[in-house]
Amino acid sequence: MAQIKFNVNGKPQTVDVSPAMPLLWVLRDALGMTGTKFGCGMALCGACTVHLNGQAIRSCITPVSSVAGKSVTTIEGLSADSTHAVQRAWVENDVPQCGYCQSGQIMAAASLLAKNSKPTDADIDEVMKGNLCRCGTYQGIRKAIHRASEILTASNGAANKGGVA
Amino acid sequence: MKTVKKVNRRDFLKTGAAGAAGLTLTFALPERLAAQTGASVARLNGYVHIGADDNITFMLTKSEMGQGPLTALSQILADELDCDWKKIRTQIAGVDPKLYGPLQGTFGSLSVRTSWQPLRAAGASAREMLVQAAAQKWSVDKSQCRVENGVVINTASNARLTYGSLAEAAAKLPVPTTPALKDPKQFRYIGKSVKRLDTPLKVNGTAVFGIDAKVPGMLYAVVAKCPVFGGKVASFDDSKTKTVPGVKQVVQISSGVAVVADNTWNAMEGRRALKVTWDEGPVAKWSTPGIRQMFMDLAAKPGAEARKTGDADAALNSAAKKIDAVYEAPYLSHAPMEPMNCTAHVRADGCDVWAATQIQSAARAKAAEVTGLAPEKVQIHTLFLGGGFGRRGGDDFLADAVETSKAIGAPVKLTWSREDDMQHDLYRPASYTKFAGALDADGWPVAFTSRVVCPSFAGLQNGVDRAAVEGIADLVYSIPNVHVDYHVGEPGIPTTYWRSVGYSQNTFFTESFIDEMAHAGGKDPLEFRRRLLANNKRALAVLDLAAEKAGWGKPLPSGRARGISVVNNIGSFNAQVAEVSVEKGKLKVHRVVCAVDCGQNINPAITEQQIQSGIVYGLSAALKGEITIDRGRVKQANFNEYDPLRMDEMPVVEVYIVPSQANPGGIGEASTPTAAPAVANALFALTGKRLRKLPMRSQDLA
Repeated sequence: MAQIKFNVNGKPQTVDVSPAMPLLWVLRDALGMTGTKFGCGMALCGACTVHLNGQAIRSCITPVSSVAGKSVTTIEGLSADSTHAVQRAWVENDVPQCGYCQSGQIMAAASLLAKNSKPTDADIDEVMKGNLCRCGTYQGIRKAIHRASEILTASNGAANKGGVA
Repeated sequence: MKTVKKVNRRDFLKTGAAGAAGLTLTFALPERLAAQTGASVARLNGYVHIGADDNITFMLTKSEMGQGPLTALSQILADELDCDWKKIRTQIAGVDPKLYGPLQGTFGSLSVRTSWQPLRAAGASAREMLVQAAAQKWSVDKSQCRVENGVVINTASNARLTYGSLAEAAAKLPVPTTPALKDPKQFRYIGKSVKRLDTPLKVNGTAVFGIDAKVPGMLYAVVAKCPVFGGKVASFDDSKTKTVPGVKQVVQISSGVAVVADNTWNAMEGRRALKVTWDEGPVAKWSTPGIRQMFMDLAAKPGAEARKTGDADAALNSAAKKIDAVYEAPYLSHAPMEPMNCTAHVRADGCDVWAATQIQSAARAKAAEVTGLAPEKVQIHTLFLGGGFGRRGGDDFLADAVETSKAIGAPVKLTWSREDDMQHDLYRPASYTKFAGALDADGWPVAFTSRVVCPSFAGLQNGVDRAAVEGIADLVYSIPNVHVDYHVGEPGIPTTYWRSVGYSQNTFFTESFIDEMAHAGGKDPLEFRRRLLANNKRALAVLDLAAEKAGWGKPLPSGRARGISVVNNIGSFNAQVAEVSVEKGKLKVHRVVCAVDCGQNINPAITEQQIQSGIVYGLSAALKGEITIDRGRVKQANFNEYDPLRMDEMPVVEVYIVPSQANPGGIGEASTPTAAPAVANALFALTGKRLRKLPMRSQDLA
């Protein structure tokens, strides 16, 4: 057991757990933040995707010791009120079905758009093929990522003109 | 007309105090999914509770696993109730046979089909009671009242009373036995693409799935299970397990050895350190090649008769042309994204179970059986299901949690790893099925025979499992002589319902073999089907619509071809046209066009989602899905070995809905069966190679 300190959604957290314990289980069982999901435990399905210092990672294979001193963002902290462009696009398109994989899908899509604000279908495939969905919401996800890209572009344009992003 | 059951009319409740057995869930219930609190709530019937604050709680008796009943059933109720959509709140009901019948569950794409009349009646009945209450308050005849969006209006005085202000008085009135239902022309919500009620919860992490249940003081567990089906614990050594930090207890339960810890990870670490000696039992003798040989041996002999129309043997003997073929399908795992799990708290005087379950009645019965408690002492709390597909009709994962909680005397969340889930599923059965077809001199069919060898998973009647032969014995085509028989081939691998059940493999078989007959008769596969469906207007209509929208017969870019298929399952009809290519040896599905007739549509957007979903599920099985057995064990353990369709493999899917006011059909399982044969038929059109065994892999075309 070891005391490990890191930030989650802007708040400092200290946990006293085995250093090898994956971040996923620290979030879910130790911190009670269940928005991040367990799907495979082997980084094969993407359901556990969170951001570590802004980069999408698979929390199910990330030992908590490796996040010490770093900042984690989970689905609960992507925005305070579901207003991130990806969340807005997801709501507009009613993307989720069962919804279990969607936290991971949204976190992966947000990371993609942060690096590439106008992804092509091929760009989307390359990143999003890492996230499984057994309900088959892929077509909705693709559409919503393009829509989120539009929302981001519009808000950036507004910001450049002195509007509110 | 279905009558509406009424709860005790004086049974008003402050739902804030209605926690189950004094337990409190520590998660916040999202706004639109919460029982109403604060205001007094009147129960007008088992489905409609109305608060003084005008909020309406719809008691949902179906599990939400993505297929949309939360929204679609709310639409049906809200329409007949004529209430404000924004006032609808939903709460998942506990088990109550008096109110909701003896089998409370979600299966067979039946949610809308079985709720359509009862919910319309419940909404209409509550509306009539509210109108009557208003009429009494105003001392006018009810004919002088009309309703509008949750308000009763006095047509003479224009006085208005909201449903909330009338609910308490309305609940004291007699329940109308035959409430007047709306004319479909008056539907406000039914047939509209109303936004899903669950979406806001599923984009910010607040949706509570089974695996997210939290109970004060709960521990976490995993179970070591015998890798061989039916195997038992001979002995175990937990000395190393007990040295793993956080491990609290190790207990033997019926299905194996449960390791209980202070979190899931520590329980998994404890299980890794556990040494169990298994008594593997008789299933250990079976591997996939031996199972196949056993099926083949059975297929050589006549089986139990599943259908006999005309004299197929005579027709085959005298036919101008005869073809035969063998089709095969493997065992499949359901592999929902949320692995099996359950949280249970067993006490001396009662038991609470929090689960993502498809069958609440069976869950309650199982928990009662395990605990020895009366069923009434068991509370089943249904949370969101992270996919079901038939798997969550099982009660094995639930029994694991209940038994463990009982053994340790504390609440426990028991989680299966993905490996547990994939290797201890209740599988879609494998099948080995022979076909023969006879054509007349003009190339039209005169006989069709099939011999099905498949484990029985839904029970036998006169030696036949109807679920194992559906899609064959109920052949959608008119052929004068048909003979279908069936053998139970049973190696002891646990099996159950898998999205679209028997149709999942049998429609691949029949729609491929019909295609073979069309080609053998020198006919276009669409024209061949059209002639055989001349008396089946709804099947013909979806076939024609899919063909038209897909551009059947029109030129394609070189290297591409189309295939077509049709099915009548779960009370609905759909046809699909798949467009495929094989480039550099790699099979790719580019486009799937689906036309569907599911009768009266409740929510076209959800229907479209479900059709897409079923196609992706069907394509995953068609192109990639295979569970194989090695000495009684499942070889595949995780998504690297049983990999569903991914984003880069996703074809463009187009959905066309045939307008209809026929009684609603099902939708959740409609489109799964038709995906594989549409692809197989396209591959034949492209390559001349007929793939008769699932999955269809690129290397099979070499």
